Amino acid sequence: MNNAIYVMWLREVKRFIRSKSRIVGSLGQPILFLVALGYGLGPVFQKAGQGNYLEFIAPGIIGMAIIFSAIFNGMQVIWDRQFGFLKETMVAPVSRLAIMFGRTIGGATVASAQGVLVLFIAVLAGFRVASWTGILPAVIIMLLIALLFSALGIMVASLLKDMQGFQLIMNFLIMPLFFLSGALFPLNSAPSALLLVARFDPLSYGVDALRYFLIGTSTFSLTLDVGVLLGVSALFLALGSYFFSIIEI
Amino acid sequence: MANIIEVRNLTKKFDDTAVVNDISFSVEEGGIFAFLGPNGAGKSTTIKMLTTLLRPTSGTISINGFNPVVDPDAARHSFGIVFQDPSLDEDLTALENLQLHGALYSVPKNTLAKRIAELLALVELADRKNDFIRDFSGGMKRRLEIARGLLHHPKIIFLDEPTLGLDPQTRNHLWNYVRKLNADEGITVFFTTHYMEEASQIARHIAIIDNGTIIAQGTSADLQKETGTASLEEAFLKLTGNVIRDESGSSLDRMRTHGRRWGRR
Ligand SMILES: Nc1ncnc2c1ncn2[C@@H]1O[C@H](COP(=O)(O)OP(=O)(O)OP(=O)(O)O)[C@@H](O)[C@H]1O
Ligand SMILES: [Mg+2]
Repeated sequence: MNNAIYVMWLREVKRFIRSKSRIVGSLGQPILFLVALGYGLGPVFQKAGQGNYLEFIAPGIIGMAIIFSAIFNGMQVIWDRQFGFLKETMVAPVSRLAIMFGRTIGGATVASAQGVLVLFIAVLAGFRVASWTGILPAVIIMLLIALLFSALGIMVASLLKDMQGFQLIMNFLIMPLFFLSGALFPLNSAPSALLLVARFDPLSYGVDALRYFLIGTSTFSLTLDVGVLLGVSALFLALGSYFFSIIEI
Repeated sequence: MANIIEVRNLTKKFDDTAVVNDISFSVEEGGIFAFLGPNGAGKSTTIKMLTTLLRPTSGTISINGFNPVVDPDAARHSFGIVFQDPSLDEDLTALENLQLHGALYSVPKNTLAKRIAELLALVELADRKNDFIRDFSGGMKRRLEIARGLLHHPKIIFLDEPTLGLDPQTRNHLWNYVRKLNADEGITVFFTTHYMEEASQIARHIAIIDNGTIIAQGTSADLQKETGTASLEEAFLKLTGNVIRDESGSSLDRMRTHGRRWGRR
């Protein structure tokens, strides 16, 4: 059982490390957001009396890199189904729970590694971390965010037969989760309707906790942030492993 | 001898069409059983139900005493399988694919290293073990799948058209190895093939399925006697008719269409 979790985890990590184009490709978008929004909107943000925008969105962009990578990784299940490898794991004499869990933590490891890379790039771009002691807890938050969305990705992928639905997922799940999370704008000054929506988006809490550790400000309490991340992760893991376990090929 | 596979009134419907229709058969422990039939007859669908990949619409299955629907984990401990369709991880090397399989099936470390060497030699891929699967030819992939399927020694081994796309040398090696496993370790073999000589030489018991229904069972000699023919191939043609089957829906073709449509990442 532990062995199965480990080999499925290792598979995800190996695939990531070997795919240089994937690593570079996945960093392009966050860099674009950092530069265009961070520098572009910075002066306006400052004038509005909200402080340094680059500082503000860097945690949001880290969150973005993680959610995209994590959901995408989870959705690898669809490719594995299409190219046949999924069958190999589905008939193996280990519980599908172990297979699903190994894949999830593998995807989460990869996604949080990307989050760390984006943090590094943000620092190069001029982002100043409030206190270096916040880095380690921030990485743990990244892992939690990654875990949550990896599980979500696998859950969604277990319900789809092929990539036909992928565009739908992209536009009606990933994009809204990102844009409505407060990654790009401060929730305290958002209209109440938007704030209400953001409260139902788990990424809001992830980004909020990242801000707490990286720039020392936050909208919600840390306990609420971590509580929501843990609770929703547990829920998605449970649902994800259920849907994964009943996959038919 | 006791039956290690028992299938009773098994039916599988895909949107109301019965693809497997009320079939019953059994395979005795230590036997070699060939499941023959034209394209689209329902062979792979039956194997998928036996191996927990599909849930039956109705009927019962017992695999080594376990019901795959009720107790899939226990059933999975009892068998190994070589699929008809591709099932390797293209982004890993040959060796990594074998090691991953060994880990999933808890093959002890020493045994694993020994068997990997032995099987890579059998399928003549020893010098390519560190290459990625995506760089393999179709036949090489098939050979590696065979090697992987034989890596652990379960009670039952399912081989769904194992010799599809293999050269005659490898086919011979494969059947010799499988026969040896059957003789030495008493592993029950359940296979499908479209090569009738193969089935005739290797199987001790044969079932012929057509349009989802089993139309004949027995030894190769029984079937020839029943149809008054001189070879299994003639018996098969007499039983299933000469009409070419609509191959469009076979699972391999569906895979190929998908592969083309989506390409590789
Ligand atoms: N998931 C599915 N949905 C709908 N129809 C299916 C599905 N899987 C198989 N079928 C249909 O079931 C029938 C039997 O398919 P199956 O793959 O079991 O045939 P087979 O005997 O293995 O044939 P072959 O020799 O070509 O491999 C075919 O008509 C196929 O189109
Ligand atoms: Mg088939």
